[in-house]
Amino acid sequence: MDPSSGDRRGFLNYLLGTGALASLGAVFYPVIRFLIPPKVVESSASSVVACKASEIKPNAGKVFKFGSKPALLIQLASGGYRAFSAVCTHLDCTVQYRPDEKMIWCACHNGRYDLTGRNISGPPPRPLEEYKVNVRSDEIVVSRG
Amino acid sequence: MWPIVLFMLVGAPQPRPAVSPAASSCVRCHLQLDGALLEPARLFEHDVHFKQGLSCNGCHGGDPTVGVDSGGPGDAMNRARGYIGKPPRKKIAALCSSCHSSLDFMRRYNPQARVDQYAEYLTSIHGKKYAAGDPNVATCTDCHGIHGILEVASPNSPVHATNVASTCARCHADPKRMQAYGIPTNQFELYGRSVHGEALMKNNDLGAPTCNDCHGNHGAAPPGVDSVANVCGQCHTVQWDLFNKSPHKKAFAEGNLPACATCHENHDIRRTSDTMLGAEEPATCLTCHDKGSKGYAVAAEMKSGIVTLQNRLDAAHQLLERAERAGMEVSGPLYNLSEGRDRLIQARVVVHGFNAADLLKVLEVGDRIAASCKESGNKALDELAYRRKGLAVSVAILLGMIGLLLIKIRQLGK
Amino acid sequence: MNSWISRAGDWLEERLGWRAAQELVQHKEVPIHRHSIWYYFGGMTLFLFGIQVGTGILLLLYYRPSAETAFESVQFIMTEVQFGWLIRSVHSYSANLMVATAFVHMFSTLFLRSFRRPREITWVSGALLLFLSLTFGFTGYLLPWNTLAFFATKVGTDIAGVLPVVGPFLLRFLRGGDEVTGATLTRLFGFHVAVLPAITTVFLGLHLYLVQKHGMSTPMSVDPDAVPKMKFVPQFVLRDLAGWLAAVALLAALAALFPWELGEKADPFAPAPAGIRPEWYFMFMFQTLKYIPARILGIDGEFLGILAFSLLGALLVLTPFVASGQKREGRVDRVVLVGIIVVIYIIVLTTLGYLG
Repeated sequence: MDPSSGDRRGFLNYLLGTGALASLGAVFYPVIRFLIPPKVVESSASSVVACKASEIKPNAGKVFKFGSKPALLIQLASGGYRAFSAVCTHLDCTVQYRPDEKMIWCACHNGRYDLTGRNISGPPPRPLEEYKVNVRSDEIVVSRG
Repeated sequence: MWPIVLFMLVGAPQPRPAVSPAASSCVRCHLQLDGALLEPARLFEHDVHFKQGLSCNGCHGGDPTVGVDSGGPGDAMNRARGYIGKPPRKKIAALCSSCHSSLDFMRRYNPQARVDQYAEYLTSIHGKKYAAGDPNVATCTDCHGIHGILEVASPNSPVHATNVASTCARCHADPKRMQAYGIPTNQFELYGRSVHGEALMKNNDLGAPTCNDCHGNHGAAPPGVDSVANVCGQCHTVQWDLFNKSPHKKAFAEGNLPACATCHENHDIRRTSDTMLGAEEPATCLTCHDKGSKGYAVAAEMKSGIVTLQNRLDAAHQLLERAERAGMEVSGPLYNLSEGRDRLIQARVVVHGFNAADLLKVLEVGDRIAASCKESGNKALDELAYRRKGLAVSVAILLGMIGLLLIKIRQLGK
Repeated sequence: MNSWISRAGDWLEERLGWRAAQELVQHKEVPIHRHSIWYYFGGMTLFLFGIQVGTGILLLLYYRPSAETAFESVQFIMTEVQFGWLIRSVHSYSANLMVATAFVHMFSTLFLRSFRRPREITWVSGALLLFLSLTFGFTGYLLPWNTLAFFATKVGTDIAGVLPVVGPFLLRFLRGGDEVTGATLTRLFGFHVAVLPAITTVFLGLHLYLVQKHGMSTPMSVDPDAVPKMKFVPQFVLRDLAGWLAAVALLAALAALFPWELGEKADPFAPAPAGIRPEWYFMFMFQTLKYIPARILGIDGEFLGILAFSLLGALLVLTPFVASGQKREGRVDRVVLVGIIVVIYIIVLTTLGYLG
């Protein structure tokens, strides 16, 4: 066996070792990244942080994304919170809170809902679906029934 | 004067009959007859009056306690006992009103019942002509039915929201009948084509208006030119508000133009499209605004702003669809894009203020959303490219390793 | 460095006696002949199973097995978790690849008559492992709780319910009730991550032990003593490794270029969409059932079809006891004939299923 073939074998082994490490790296890099929790820790379809308590005032409403549809968070003048689906039951426009009239209004065809979500005037045929609201430290969490 | 005389002739509201309608001699006897004498009894069994315990004598008079088990038809249909037979047409309205205008009477059956229908009717075109003796105009029974009268809320009632238009059309779409009055007869056809007609009659959307929502029920009359906007504004409040603050309100009033209906028609209200707006044919604006006028310039500016936003939203949508087709999850940006489309809808409403600056403010918000969605789409495609680069690198490493292994295998030999 | 390793080895030897295993591996040899290529498929199936276990455990960290949360959790994995799309897509593709290599491994050992004495139990455990992998596929398919999976599970459990005597019980057992609901999801999840792995461990352990015990089988045309051999370590292992790396590269490419679909969340009250299909490895049975007439000689056609497949399954398990271990000279080789007919049937019916 001549020295050069031994060198070649040694070089090949060196390459194999490096290649093995690189391959393992290519496989385990995604695995390690996978194990680290992502920024958003939970899926958002059944429970969502609507906003921070400081971001909404009494007698005000805020539209936020809940699953793939808009939802409406209302802080009542008395301080409590209510949340509803913001999809109008007439023709799917996005409703809004009217602080001047303290009720929920749909701009499309003047549909009105009271603060329990019940349709009280205009074309909407059904009430708005109500969601549960909980306050967790300074976050307002809205979840489906 | 005549209504009062008729009221006195017919008398005060009839007292509750001594027998239930099903047990009345009228119904029992007539159910055994056939043809035209059977029909009323058959229909009456489904009548709302029947269900409330009121019998034939409530309108026709007579004695429902005799005529079958004792006595004969002559005893029941006895003029001395108030029998009036078939009421003459010109007395029908007053006859119905004898109960339906009496709060004392109606509250026994429905405390919330309105009792002003007759008063309203007398103010209407139908009522005025009827009082003058015209036998061809509509009165209570023409719309509500005669013997099988159903509640308004019943879908089978000719005055249920879904049926009102066809009931009105029975006369108003009949050229022979309307010839004497000189009014058009194509309203029903136009309404059927309109967005309201489609919503109500095809999609059963009871929120959509039909004849009585704009013309009134019993006090039916066309809204005056100056009140059209108020009628449309019952539902389309935002447009109505904007229109009232716009230069068009004064201009239309001066030109005696019927506000909303000037551009949108009254019966044939079609689904709107962006082609109505702008300075190019067939835009509606060109009807009044000639080239070079201020209105022409505003129309052109508003149109171009809306078209630009539409294009930007479409482009962002296409980008996101491409990313989605390539396997990226973009439901978040697609949701935000729907908000952009809401701004576009809002823009088309704000047009009714006919103020380019206000419109631009709304379009700006929409443009920002379109831009951010486009960015998300690009980010998704970038992530896709990153994945493919990562893949290429990993595959290169793995193929390299496989190559080295094959060399090693050959080197090791047996 | 080397003395450190040998001292560590001695320490372990005294406590575990591991050198015996080392001896076995170093002496293991693999015959070289024109059918040697098929030797790689058993190891490939095992490797892919290892990938399933690994990616499966990773997915377990984020997946939520209830009807209200399952779909959203898979969506979460695909969109929010770093490389979640990769782990999930690899898990789905590797499952399919594993079933394919398992079928190839089974057919190759059938045609080469590896099931003959003394390897009958190896075959039986292998057949059971094949059925277990199909069951893994069936139970795992429902877990994303999308429309396709929901209805495929409904149809699949409906078919199970047709069996006589045990059918109705089996249907309720699989569904966790009378209909496919969240209860079904939780139950199949339990099967998929606990029950099936436990059973598979037992049979896989048996299968691998027996393979080591009896060594690699050779085709009948080959003289086992005279045939040239290569050492398992390092010759065969390096070739195995090259194949495994190629599989990893393939899985990575599939995951990056064609991420596995999310679909739409299952709605139990919506009507079944057109074109419900089971996974490809069930397609030939599904398609066969479609072609069978409603009644044959007064007996329900679907029932006869399922009975036939059950009998064929039993026959597969019992192959060593019904098929001849010898290849008779001059006569048509029945094992090969039946095997080829089955392979062609599977291919044709699967193709028809996708064309139709």
